[in-house]
Amino acid sequence: MSRLVVGAHYGVKDWLAQRITAVLMAIYTLVIFAAVLAGATSSHDAWRGFMAHGVVRFVTFLFIISLGYHAWVGVRDIWMDYIKPTSIRILLHVLTLLVLIGYAGWAIQIIWRL
Amino acid sequence: MSALNEQKKQRPKFLDLTVIRLPLAGYASILHRVSGAGLFLMLPLLIWLLDLSLSSTPEHLALFESITRNVLVKLVLLGLIWAFLHHFCMGLRILLIDVHVGVEKQQARSSAMAVMVVSLSLTLAFGLKLFGVY
Repeated sequence: MSRLVVGAHYGVKDWLAQRITAVLMAIYTLVIFAAVLAGATSSHDAWRGFMAHGVVRFVTFLFIISLGYHAWVGVRDIWMDYIKPTSIRILLHVLTLLVLIGYAGWAIQIIWRL
Repeated sequence: MSALNEQKKQRPKFLDLTVIRLPLAGYASILHRVSGAGLFLMLPLLIWLLDLSLSSTPEHLALFESITRNVLVKLVLLGLIWAFLHHFCMGLRILLIDVHVGVEKQQARSSAMAVMVVSLSLTLAFGLKLFGVY
């Protein structure tokens, strides 16, 4: 068997992570939608109470981490497809990673201060 | 070797995006990327709105109300609703194709059509709610 020498892991790990995070976020979306239908957003107090619940906070934390990872793989793929100069591409990769880490911290802080 | 290189350079390329015609699945696919990019770019707005909506400060809640009442903001949110729904539906299609469901040409065409129809219909339903029709 001839060996391909492009990258160490051929992107399989990220491909799989993209799928796993997608499934987690899809389930979370349906659960939140059902909760909204059941009245989670009927009032400001209901909304705060819902998001402050331990289980909701736990799964929302997982959603935030999933979204960060999913967006990282997706946006990185866009830069890899369209940005040819290596220096600009790496700069965009780093900026993407930094904003996503910052967003995740911001979002986690929002649900944890409740 | 140089003859081969010469041949490679002259291979026909047709990348005129204004003329190129994609099958429906091709459009659904590029829209998956466009919607994902749009959601990524608008993340700060969404996190900010979540922040304001969960605040206990009355000024923040008033700010949330005034921002979400703005028609331009509503149009942006409508776009994001479509982006999320398209990304969601197309994502399901991708996951199904990963496990070899709907790989045949006709099924793939039908599922691409289903993604477009379902995401646009749901966008209309949520959009009417967003603009206070019901």
